[in-house]
Amino acid sequence: MPHARILIRPKAGILDPQGVAVEQALPQLGFQPAENVRIGRLVELDVADAAELEAICDKLLANPLIEDYEIQVDA
Amino acid sequence: MAFRVGVLQFPGTCDEVDALLAAERAVGAGNAELLWHRDRDLRGVDAVVVPGGFSYGDYLRAGAIAALSPAMESVAAFARDGGPVLGICNGFQVLCEAGLLPGTMLTNLSRRFNFRQVTLRVEAADTAWTAATAAGQELSIPAKHQTGRWYAPDDLLDELHANDQVVFTYAADDRPNGSVANVAGVCNAGRNVVGLMPHPEHATDPLTGSADGLLLFRSPAEVAGVR
Repeated sequence: MPHARILIRPKAGILDPQGVAVEQALPQLGFQPAENVRIGRLVELDVADAAELEAICDKLLANPLIEDYEIQVDA
Repeated sequence: MAFRVGVLQFPGTCDEVDALLAAERAVGAGNAELLWHRDRDLRGVDAVVVPGGFSYGDYLRAGAIAALSPAMESVAAFARDGGPVLGICNGFQVLCEAGLLPGTMLTNLSRRFNFRQVTLRVEAADTAWTAATAAGQELSIPAKHQTGRWYAPDDLLDELHANDQVVFTYAADDRPNGSVANVAGVCNAGRNVVGLMPHPEHATDPLTGSADGLLLFRSPAEVAGVR
């Protein structure tokens, strides 16, 4: 079955408190500052029909109001 | 004729007992019952409450898996026919994920689980669940959540304001989660489905601080002319 990776990210303009927390933690650990830290999700799955992935994302894996997704299928 | 309330229970729901008690206090002992998430039969109840908790462990997104359960298919059909449905906290998240209510929930701005009494302002008293309240009335209700920052994009928010679908806001100085426009609860276009983050089922006795929550549980029966 084809292997797929789905990258799910908070939409631009959505405030991501987890990202802010990580951004604030970095200088505390002595690292140089980082900006625009955004935390999303990676879903890996083997699917029988890769053509269904977009519908799977729309219906279950992502919430289109707040998240964008990117589908990568291994050749 | 009794008015019967069903309280939906998923694995991970934790507020169903208080919701049952609140419903019984509003519509009479013996007139509220639990409905199991795998059961499509709503047993002829007159109103459905989707209570709080962590349905299906809140895997993926809060309420996302619960929204796809067999019972929710029946609740969606019940709502389409005009049946009164109330979503509380996780139940609100479930109804948003199921597309029965507009918007969605994000992690609180504070990133913390927030647990305290909040002051809710009734913005719309003409819904199935606020008919026993008055517009502008302030209710003292506990809130407890970490993913309660209700969010809708600007165009959707404008539409909801135009249609008076914002049912509750937090009082001006009370911002427990950073929700857009300080929204605490909304309704659908038919005004029979209402969701809110704070917990009216925990505010049913003056002994524990407030009985304001009972007004919500009394509303659908009052609309139906039963009490």
